[in-house]
Amino acid sequence: MQVPAQVEYERAGSVEHALTLLARYGPAARVLAGGHSLIPMMKLRLVQPEVLIDINGITDLCYINLTGAQLRIGALTRHAQLLESSVAGEHFAILHDAERVIADPIVRNWGTVGGSLCQADPSEDLSAAFAAMKGTMIIHGPDGSREVSAREFHAGPYETVVGPSELLTEIRLPIRPGGGSGYRKVSRRAGDWPVGAAGAAVWLDGDVITDAGIGLTAVGATHFAAAEAEDFLRGRTATPQTLARAGEIAAENCRPVSDQRGPADYKRHLACELTTRVLGVAVARARGLMA
Amino acid sequence: MQRRAGGKGGLIMTIVYSDREDEAAAQVPMRRIKFTVNGEKKIAEVEPRLLLAHLIRQGLRLTGTHTGCDTTNCGACTVLVDGQAVKSCTMLAVQVDGHEIQTVEGLASASELHPLQEGFREEHGLQCGFCTPGMMLAAKALLDRNPDPTEEEVRWALSGNLCRCTGYQNIVKSVLWAAAKLRAQAPAD
Repeated sequence: MQVPAQVEYERAGSVEHALTLLARYGPAARVLAGGHSLIPMMKLRLVQPEVLIDINGITDLCYINLTGAQLRIGALTRHAQLLESSVAGEHFAILHDAERVIADPIVRNWGTVGGSLCQADPSEDLSAAFAAMKGTMIIHGPDGSREVSAREFHAGPYETVVGPSELLTEIRLPIRPGGGSGYRKVSRRAGDWPVGAAGAAVWLDGDVITDAGIGLTAVGATHFAAAEAEDFLRGRTATPQTLARAGEIAAENCRPVSDQRGPADYKRHLACELTTRVLGVAVARARGLMA
Repeated sequence: MQRRAGGKGGLIMTIVYSDREDEAAAQVPMRRIKFTVNGEKKIAEVEPRLLLAHLIRQGLRLTGTHTGCDTTNCGACTVLVDGQAVKSCTMLAVQVDGHEIQTVEGLASASELHPLQEGFREEHGLQCGFCTPGMMLAAKALLDRNPDPTEEEVRWALSGNLCRCTGYQNIVKSVLWAAAKLRAQAPAD
């Protein structure tokens, strides 16, 4: 029987209340959202907060809506809600692709989008998806709110730029015309963390790639992104050869490590192959050739 | 471990942990929570660290909810909180304050099995039975939402529940059997 260590518990009823509690307890506290990473880690004593600040009552943070040319996702949105959201799927196929392969349906009922990002697991899927879409995160703190790009959000494994007295409240994704996106993941079994995974977004003008976003997870990519491969794609024609070369560049610039999920050279191979394939998916979707 | 409080038979529960002297046992925080389990209102005093699975098994003595892996993988501990399936080894008991829990014990009435239970019997949906309560509750959450699921939808809904005996074939058949029976019982539109 695994049991977490002693912990105090506070329930926040609003963002302001959560911020007051965070200011009071500082780094001794951890925010409890879905808890589906935090509670297992507490059982293993990998984290041992003195206080949990439960934000599950802040239902104001559960939403997915279109505001101007942005999709806005509240931080407490459950994975299942994102997977069921037609507006999210219509504009960002990558989000539905990714959500389908995150854990399992029961975990997705409770696990949250913001919680996944703040947990900052180096194998987390949405971090790669949001990096590919070049989203931004809204962080509230005692002095108001700030907006941070998805590629500056993670400070390292299990570390983000969200300070001890701050709370992630929203993720924003820009909607730009001519785009298509997708996500592909290889895992050892259903519901597992990825051995490797890639997300891609492309924007086309005719056959020319005007912009591209590539997200990689579990393979040691800096900020979950493949910036060099994106630079290579910009301005080129979307041919299979071009996409395959982008895959190679992505693989050359990531730093996978060998672990129980596979050896580093296999993961590098996956980074190449998955990037190539998912770019193909994104291009096909941008051309309207694929649902 | 359990005692009846005065008044109208409200139940106050405390879960006892071993004091391994590795934690600040002197300052044990306690919370009083009110919740409903299988339609019965309860009050419990719990440590915030108490897991929902342990409240159900040790506190409520509803041992139909099994704990298998303790790591959010196997789904044996699945229960419904406000109708939503959750792996109860990964939720804190304090979090169900004000909410409604349903466990496998809440499926059958005194005289009749729930169609899901009948389905598991008719289609041989269990062998050792360890995963069965979790399977049934995950299936119930599906059927409450989607009374006429395809086989694919049943497999998808049960993909967070592991079975080491049956190879899943008969579990899927059991759920489809129950879905058909529930539809037949439902009043026609």
